[in-house]
Amino acid sequence: MVFLALVISVIVGNILVSAAGRNFFSSGNLLDVFSATSVLGIIALGQTLVLISGGVDLSMGVVASMSTLIAAGVMDNKQGNIGAGVGFALLFGVLFGLFNGILIGLFKINAFIATLGTSLLLSGYLATNFHGSYGQVPAAFHKIGSTNIGPMPLSTLIMWSGAVLFYVTLKQTRYGFHIFAVGGDTSVARLSGIRSIPVLIGVYVICSLSAAVAGLILASRTGVGSPTIGTDSKYTLLAIAAAILGGTTLSGGVGSIIGTISAVTFLGVISNVMSVIELNSFLQDVVRGSLIILAAALYAKKSSLRITPRFSRAKV
Amino acid sequence: MTLLEVKSLSKSFFGICVLQNVSFTVKVGEVVGLIGENGAGKSTLLKILSGAHQPDRGEIVLNGAQVHFASPLESEQAGISTVYQEFNLLADRTVAENIFLGREPQRFGFVQKNKMNALAQEFLESIGILTISPTSLVRELSTAQQQLVEISKAVLRSPKIIQMDEPTSSLAQHEVELLFKIIKRLKENGVSIIYVSHRLKEIFQICDRIIILKDGNFVSEHESNEVLEEEVVRKMVGRSLTEYFPRRPIVQEFGKTVLRLEAAGNENVDGISFSIRRGEIIGIAGLQGAGRSELLDGLFGVSPFSRGQIYFNDLPVKIRSPRQAIQNRVARIPEDRKVEGLQLFESIMDNCLAVVRSMNPRETRKIKANQRSLLDAVEISTQNLNQEVRFLSGGNQQKVVIAKWLNAQPEIILFDEPTRGVDVGAKVAIYRQIRKLADSGSAVIMVSSELPELIGMVDRILVMKDGQLVRELPGSSTEFEILSAALSVQLKEGNCERN
Repeated sequence: MVFLALVISVIVGNILVSAAGRNFFSSGNLLDVFSATSVLGIIALGQTLVLISGGVDLSMGVVASMSTLIAAGVMDNKQGNIGAGVGFALLFGVLFGLFNGILIGLFKINAFIATLGTSLLLSGYLATNFHGSYGQVPAAFHKIGSTNIGPMPLSTLIMWSGAVLFYVTLKQTRYGFHIFAVGGDTSVARLSGIRSIPVLIGVYVICSLSAAVAGLILASRTGVGSPTIGTDSKYTLLAIAAAILGGTTLSGGVGSIIGTISAVTFLGVISNVMSVIELNSFLQDVVRGSLIILAAALYAKKSSLRITPRFSRAKV
Repeated sequence: MTLLEVKSLSKSFFGICVLQNVSFTVKVGEVVGLIGENGAGKSTLLKILSGAHQPDRGEIVLNGAQVHFASPLESEQAGISTVYQEFNLLADRTVAENIFLGREPQRFGFVQKNKMNALAQEFLESIGILTISPTSLVRELSTAQQQLVEISKAVLRSPKIIQMDEPTSSLAQHEVELLFKIIKRLKENGVSIIYVSHRLKEIFQICDRIIILKDGNFVSEHESNEVLEEEVVRKMVGRSLTEYFPRRPIVQEFGKTVLRLEAAGNENVDGISFSIRRGEIIGIAGLQGAGRSELLDGLFGVSPFSRGQIYFNDLPVKIRSPRQAIQNRVARIPEDRKVEGLQLFESIMDNCLAVVRSMNPRETRKIKANQRSLLDAVEISTQNLNQEVRFLSGGNQQKVVIAKWLNAQPEIILFDEPTRGVDVGAKVAIYRQIRKLADSGSAVIMVSSELPELIGMVDRILVMKDGQLVRELPGSSTEFEILSAALSVQLKEGNCERN
């Protein structure tokens, strides 16, 4: 169903954009669309995995911010430090994810509360120690943020690679199957011999890692580290919305990478169209919110009709 | 040859003793029936053998070696598979994915999906299940099919012992036959079965030996062909049940017609026409999927009728929601009380008052004062009305649901599988209650898969097949007659065809 929304949005968007005198499919415009999707897309991928496992990760935004700070700080405008910068940012993602995973998988703390707590911890730390932008990304790394292959930014390619990786993991690997099992019904999984602790820890590590990668892309685009960039654009909540629009449920056990990416692209197209027609940014949020509610309402209606009725009309 | 020996098993929960010194043996290739009232300790015993609980005292000896199961995985690895009453299936995954859960065929971490589906198909066919496709989502299967998948899951593990807890509760007659065929084949292959069920007829049919538990203690064991049902019931309950089914009044006078349906239909049933009078009990029989529950859903406004007409006391009414049904004095005791009948985390008192509070809040205080005597009348054995309902046995839970509806003083009461998951003692109490309701002038419609129950309780039987009413039979019909009608097979034995 998200496909339908995506296709409609592209058609309608094209009309609106043309009315404003621009071409939706021009490479410049497509670039904008794709750029808008890559960061949200990477975050949504990680979030999808966590949602399927029956949890949620509210800390992704702050982790992305921290990742920009570590990358920019370590690189310190020195090209030689790029490797270290990337490495430490990713390492932070892994460790933070481990922290979340242990709280949720081992100590069985509710995922919402646990990740809310860790995100507050981290954001408190960031607010105290960082004011405004920090560090500097060397030119070579900065270029990555603006490299494009045709109309497709490198960052979007990274998102797509991630999407393929996650898709294969969920559909084809035992680990992916077990994520669905743990999210679908923890006791069924347990009774079948699946150990939920490693599954959950793994999922939160992957998720925070995704947030860290998103942070690297943000750092590459802006050139600096920022303590608020991950949270300013409400990535975490939009990622959850995108996943749900794409067919992933909040209760776990059901999810679709294709759906998430379609939803993210849909949101990207909407954002692009709204900025081309120069819609007030407050109104943009209103539109976004309304579309999310509308789509969710349509979903609710659709799922209640799923069981085919035996008699749809009176028999003669 | 002894396969399993249970020695002096004891277990307490929070100071309450649920199993005390229970010992028995199971031989290779034997089907042992485990029976007892709810609270007798059967589930706990199964859970200890399956590794979900650990005993406080006692030993388990499997194949001569003492074993200790710290988790369900260990019990499975030792060769004990368990099929629980609540399905342990993932609703949003396919049949094959469920059957192979935790043991998916794989290479380097990648699941071999085609192989998995083919193996599942092969396996299902080999045990005689032909109507379930391995790629269907479990959510799309009927309850009976889900139960069969659950059983396949256990059989696939090639265990030495399979424990089954109420395996036939969702199965219709021909599916029960299928299960028994599967069990017989397993027996021939040297697999032992521990079979827990409240359906004594089945126990006598399929089990070689019967073990009786009562209040956590081992009472006795019998060869199934050497003991009579009455004696077994007496040992279970500790007293003899003079009447299993309450006797009907000698002279039965039914009142006026209270409900009449004409050609009613919704998404799942069509062309339903019948009427019921005050004081009558009507049974609805049919195979799984025949539309029995869906007929009740129509009457209760859950799946409202979009065609045809309903008449209450000769006045046409439209029932579009449960609230409207209740306003028309209809009550429904649902098939799945834990999902549709009770707020599990609320107290007995709050559950009893649920309908009153939403329909007639001003009466609440008055009715609240009556609760204790109402609950005594319904024969609930708990004293503490503030206890959360989830801690009650199945039988007591069902009685709470009935009490809740009695508070609304209904004229028409719908029962969907009234004694499912309920032990013998509580069953009798519920039958008594149904009899009382009919005697006091209410009309009762009862859906049941237990044919003896229908025959024992009802005045007339409506048989359904494929969403339609195919036959009306007297309450004194035989099981054979009812089943034939449900299968729409012509009666043999020289009976004339009834139209």
